[in-house]
Amino acid sequence: MDLQFTPEEKAFRQEVRTFIRDNLPKATRERMRLGYTATKPQIVEWLKILNARGGWSVPGWPKEWGGPGWTTVQRAIFTEEVYMGPAPEPLSFNSTMIGPVLIQFGTEKQKKHYLPRAANMDDWWCQGFSEPGAGSDLASLKTAAKRDGDHYVVNGQKIWTSTAHNADMCFCLVRTNPNAAKRQEGISFILIDMKTPGIEVRPIITMDGSHHVNEVFFTDVRVPVENLVHVENKGWDVAKFLLSNERNGIARLGKTMERLDRAIELARDVRAGGKPLIQDQAFRERVAKLQVELKALEITQLRVIDRVSRASDGKPDAGSSVLKIKGSELYQEATEMAKDVAGPLAMAIWAKDLDAMSNEPEMTPEWAAPLAPTYLMSRAASIYGGSNEIQKNILSKRVMGF
Amino acid sequence: MDFSLSEEQRLLQDSVSRLMADKYAFTARRNFAKEADGWSREMWQQYGDLGLLGLPFSEDVGGMGATGVESMLVMEAFGRAVILEPYLASVVLGGTALRHGGSSAQKADILPGVADGSVKVAVAHGERQARHDLSDVLTTAKKDGGDWVLEGAKSVVLHGDCADKLVVSARTSGERSDANGVTLFLVDAGQEGVARRGYRLHDSTHAAEISLSSVRVPGSAVLGEVGNGLKLVERAYQAGIAAVAAEAVGAMETLHTMTVEYLKTRVQFGKPIGENQVLQHKAADMLVELEQSRSMAMLAAMMVDETDDAERDRMLTMVKVHLGRSAVACAKNAVQLHGGIGMTEELAIGTYYRRIMVIEQLFGDTAHHLARLAAAVN
Repeated sequence: MDLQFTPEEKAFRQEVRTFIRDNLPKATRERMRLGYTATKPQIVEWLKILNARGGWSVPGWPKEWGGPGWTTVQRAIFTEEVYMGPAPEPLSFNSTMIGPVLIQFGTEKQKKHYLPRAANMDDWWCQGFSEPGAGSDLASLKTAAKRDGDHYVVNGQKIWTSTAHNADMCFCLVRTNPNAAKRQEGISFILIDMKTPGIEVRPIITMDGSHHVNEVFFTDVRVPVENLVHVENKGWDVAKFLLSNERNGIARLGKTMERLDRAIELARDVRAGGKPLIQDQAFRERVAKLQVELKALEITQLRVIDRVSRASDGKPDAGSSVLKIKGSELYQEATEMAKDVAGPLAMAIWAKDLDAMSNEPEMTPEWAAPLAPTYLMSRAASIYGGSNEIQKNILSKRVMGF
Repeated sequence: MDFSLSEEQRLLQDSVSRLMADKYAFTARRNFAKEADGWSREMWQQYGDLGLLGLPFSEDVGGMGATGVESMLVMEAFGRAVILEPYLASVVLGGTALRHGGSSAQKADILPGVADGSVKVAVAHGERQARHDLSDVLTTAKKDGGDWVLEGAKSVVLHGDCADKLVVSARTSGERSDANGVTLFLVDAGQEGVARRGYRLHDSTHAAEISLSSVRVPGSAVLGEVGNGLKLVERAYQAGIAAVAAEAVGAMETLHTMTVEYLKTRVQFGKPIGENQVLQHKAADMLVELEQSRSMAMLAAMMVDETDDAERDRMLTMVKVHLGRSAVACAKNAVQLHGGIGMTEELAIGTYYRRIMVIEQLFGDTAHHLARLAAAVN
């Protein structure tokens, strides 16, 4: 047993860190350091840079399909460094969802066409899974695909579709057999071009005031049958495979560490009771508590990675549910702490755009502006990717045998 | 990075687990607690036969030269059985102080006896007024010719009642609570001037209040450097933290297993209570804490022999803070999910609960270590 990274792994971390430092566009880094999400052009620009480095935009893919062929440990190191950058992370829809799905289930033609485009961000993918009546209970989805010659005709509605407004393509779960004995047996996994007539994307504004998720309506949308992945009515197998990939590495430790570092950095400047907030005992203990929990999760993540990389069946580890639960809670704690450091200043919606034409100084500081929205959006971390309650159900069923 | 166990480590884990499963059932433990010292001589002998009592010592003094990982595996198994024997006191605390502070002669004199079980050591450092402050030492040692004369009192000395040798800390210079000026002495428990009153802690392990009045020891009884004894106490307590972190994992694992089993068998309203999701989720919370604590016990096992003093101290401080919160939370859920029966002496649940309560108070409690970590935030 040895918890230390090998010299090779340490050198790898340095290589990644140096590459990010030297190649991440300054404006992108600055925007993210303040706590804003990068814009679509910034994300695409950066992921193309990563892809050109040897498939770093798709860290989990094998070399055969344009990935770097990294070990699970290397992937974990890379992810951490990206978050610490802070740099835009690989687009999960492309990198950990549709890519592995096509490598596992796709036809040669599908792989050759879609994989290089996904790696290079020529296609921005989105995920058409959740519906108004199918959230945690995904198998109750209703969006229908009826066969009509060489096409499926899709009718229905998806919801919570992240970045659908940016997307070129959507991988979608649709019901192809409404009469199947079990609900799971009538579902298929198809690929839909977002430019197809009959698709309407409507924004949903979340409580942080941002446009991240959407409703997507499908009205008589014609999808070529060749866009079916795997076998008709066997889409649930694909979905299960995808969801288990989604949960792996969902601890987002680097992201939480970056937010914690930011909170500490701000607390050195913010004054409370006539001295820097960082000297306040209650604040320091709050930081220390989070550092302790993060340290434990860091080791738990390494243990899960170690087990997954040894497991011959490639099946996800029950430990990934632990990572999801703790990881989301700690991320929420870090973003909340950063918000609390700014205090009342974090409550102001920054009025820079309104002031743009005047020479007046800014009303509230720019650094305080993104803290509340980031905190507000962090509440979603325990909901998406299988809510924390679903994770506890998984632990109850798979580990404890209830 | 590698979390797998070597073949030898797996064999050690198996043999200790088998021994505990065979000999240390809950009812057996109850009988062991009634023996003269409140623990089992027979089990002590068995630990010695397996080499466990010399596990961390080098081979030239009768030890096995094992690392923190082996100690972790053994302590986990001991945690599952909530053992009563003075392993933590003698092998871990006493052994660590001697290993890191003892001269060759002292080691050769004492460690072979510790390893074969014939000598039991206790570290007598804590004092009544000190609470968790390690440097608050009022016991004094005054030079008299070539001898030292010790005067003072030690409190809640783990297994101090049955120990043959005491590692006693005393102030040889400086003011109360100075970090420097504390010296460790090896004192025979039976020596004139040493008075011990033993008692049981809530987990049924034993401790003692020890008074020292004009206890005269030779200059050769000094353990380590004069005035630099606190470093050795810290080292011993860090090993103690690593040991109880693993022990707590064993206890938490058993609490979780027992709780899940109970939820599946206890029927109310015509169905096993474990069919209620609210109870399943509490059991899942216990599992999450168990996994996180296991990670920290591994970290502790890795860090206990770290040579960078500051890094070792920081990591083990984190381990203790985590342990305090996580193990206590897990134990509370175990009682809650068992309901009334979890409160009784009939089940082992309360025994594990009390052991975890005691562990939380050892080597600095959660608040103490959290404050130390907080002081380093800047």
